[in-house]
Amino acid sequence: MKGFWSRFCRHKAAVVGLIVVALVLIIALIAPLLYPVSPWKMVQRPFLPPFANPNFPLGTDTLGRNVASGLAYGARVSLLIGTVSTLVALAVGVPIGALAGYFGGWVDDLLMRFTEFFQTVPSFALAIVLVAIFQPSLVSIIIAIAIVGWPPVARLVRGEVMAQRKREYVEAAILAGQSDLTIITRQILPNVVSPIVVLASLMVASAILLESSLSFLGLGDPSVMSWGYMVGAARTVVRQAWWLSVLPGVAILISVLALNLVGEGLAEALDPRSARDAA
Amino acid sequence: MQTFRFLLSRLAKGILVVLAIVVFDFVLIHLAPGDPAAVMAGESGATDEAFVQQLRTKFGLDQPILTQLGLYLWGVVRLDLGFSYRQQMPVIDLVMDRLPATLLLTGAAFLFSLTVGVAAGAWAAAHKGKPLDRLITTIALVFYATPLFWMALMAVLVFSVWLGWLPAFGLREVGGEANFWERVLDVARHLVLPAVTLGLFFTAVYVRMTRASMIEVGRQDFVKTLRAKGLSERVIQRRHVLRNAVLPVVTLAGVQAGQMVGGAVMTETVFAWPGIGRLMYEALLQRDYNLLLGVFVVCAAMVVVFNILTDLVYRLVDPRIEVSS
Repeated sequence: MKGFWSRFCRHKAAVVGLIVVALVLIIALIAPLLYPVSPWKMVQRPFLPPFANPNFPLGTDTLGRNVASGLAYGARVSLLIGTVSTLVALAVGVPIGALAGYFGGWVDDLLMRFTEFFQTVPSFALAIVLVAIFQPSLVSIIIAIAIVGWPPVARLVRGEVMAQRKREYVEAAILAGQSDLTIITRQILPNVVSPIVVLASLMVASAILLESSLSFLGLGDPSVMSWGYMVGAARTVVRQAWWLSVLPGVAILISVLALNLVGEGLAEALDPRSARDAA
Repeated sequence: MQTFRFLLSRLAKGILVVLAIVVFDFVLIHLAPGDPAAVMAGESGATDEAFVQQLRTKFGLDQPILTQLGLYLWGVVRLDLGFSYRQQMPVIDLVMDRLPATLLLTGAAFLFSLTVGVAAGAWAAAHKGKPLDRLITTIALVFYATPLFWMALMAVLVFSVWLGWLPAFGLREVGGEANFWERVLDVARHLVLPAVTLGLFFTAVYVRMTRASMIEVGRQDFVKTLRAKGLSERVIQRRHVLRNAVLPVVTLAGVQAGQMVGGAVMTETVFAWPGIGRLMYEALLQRDYNLLLGVFVVCAAMVVVFNILTDLVYRLVDPRIEVSS
C-alpha cells in the first residue's frame, strides 16, 4: 500500500486530479449547508452577471436563480450518477466477463456475441432512446448509462480471467475440490482487481460526460439541478449571457479532466504494464 | 475468393445484428408510454373510442404481439420504419431526407480528426518526453474531457458571435441565383464549425492512440536495426515507424466512426444542422417515439455497414492480417 501511494504521488497531475475530485466531492456533500435555499428558487433579478453582487458571486440565470448554488447541487447529481452507474455497469460486466473467461467454449461464445451486440449499437443514441422511453429520472438515467457502459468491463475481465485461468494456483484450487464459484470469486477476481479499478475511475468520468449530454438535451431528471441542464437552459441566451453556458461547462470539464488524471495515475501506480494497454 | 467468403460471413453477421436491433427496437416501442392509437387520435383532434378502435385495426395494433413483430420485421425489410404521426410522413422519408447532411458532417469530422489526430500523435511520439510532447498530450487530454455540446456552444460564441468569422446555424444561406461554386463554398463555410467541434473529441482519442502505437513500434527490433544501419531519425520515424503504427489506429478509428453518429446529435442540435441527429432531437422534443426509434435503427445499421467496410478495407490494405471469426 505504501509503495502504491509513493508511485501514485510521483505523478503530479494525478495528485492534482485527486485534490480536485476531493474538492468537488466536498462541495457536493455540503451543498445544502452552503446554499440552504433550493437552487430552483428565484433569488435575484434575472441575468445578473458574475461579480456584480457579492451575495451571488457567479450571477443569476434567466429566471433569477443562483448560479453558484446550481453548480454546487449539480456536483451532487454528477457524482451520484457517475459513481452509481459505474457500480451498476461493474455489477453487470464483471460476472459476464468472469464467466466467459473462466468457462470458455460456448459460454464464452454466447456471452461475447451478446457483448459485441451492445458494443455495435451506437452508445449515445442508445442512451437517448432508453431514457426517452422510460421517462427521464435518476433511475432511468443510471440504468441507461450502465447499459452502454458495461461491455468494456466484460471484455477486460474476460481477458484477465482467461490469463489467470491457466495459472498454477487455479489448478491447485481445482484439485483441492473448490467449486467454480469459489475459485472465481475467492481466487481469481482478487487478482484482477487493479485493472478493474483503473477502468472504473475512467468510467465515472465518461458517465459524467454522458449524463451532462443527456440533461443538455432535456433528458435529465426534471427534479434535480444538473450541469448539463444549466448549459441547455442557457443555450438560447448565449449571446446575452455567456457566463450561463460557460460556467457549468467549465465545471464538467474540470471534474472529468480530474477523474481522467486520477485514472491515469492509478493505472501507472497499480500496474505499470497492463494499464498502458488498456488506456 | 477468400475475400468474397469473408465478406459473405461478415454480411451475414451484420444482418443478424441489425435483425437483433430491430427486435430490440420493437420491444422498446411497446414499452413506450401511451397507446399509439390514442396518440394518433389525439393528434387528429378526435377522442371518439370507435375512431381509436378503427385506427388500432388499421395499423394492426389489435393483433397478437408476435404477429405485430412479424409485421414490423416485414416492414423493415421493405424499408418501412413506421409512420411519424407528428410530422404526418413515413419515418423512412424523413430519415432519407436528412441523411445526406449527416453523412457530410460525420465524414468531414472523421477525416479531420483522423488526419489531425495521427499527425499530432506522431509528432508527439517523435518528441517523447519533451515540452512539445507534453503540450500535445495535455491539449488532447483537455479535449477528451470536454463535453461535445459545450465545445459546440463555445465555438458558436467565439467564432460566430464574438469574432463573426463563420456562420453558426444551418447548412446554407445563399439563394437560388448563386452558381455551383458559390453554393459549395457556402456549405463549406457552414460545415467548418460543426465538423471541427464534432471531430475534436475523436482527434484527442486518435492522438493518444497514435502516440502509444508509435512508441510501441519504436521499441521493436527492426527499428534498432535501422538505427544501426545509420538512417536518420527523421526517416526512421516517418518512413518506418509511422507506417507500421498507423494501421491499427485506422482500424480502431473505423470501428469507432459509428460512435460519431451519436455525437452528431449534439453538434447538429447546437448548430441547427439539418441531419438525422437533429431529427432525433426533434423527435425527442415531440415525444415522437416511432421517429426516434426509426432514427436509432438507421444509426445502428450505419454502424454495422461502416464496420464491414472498415474490415474489408483493412484486409485489402494489409494482407498479413488474418481475419478471425
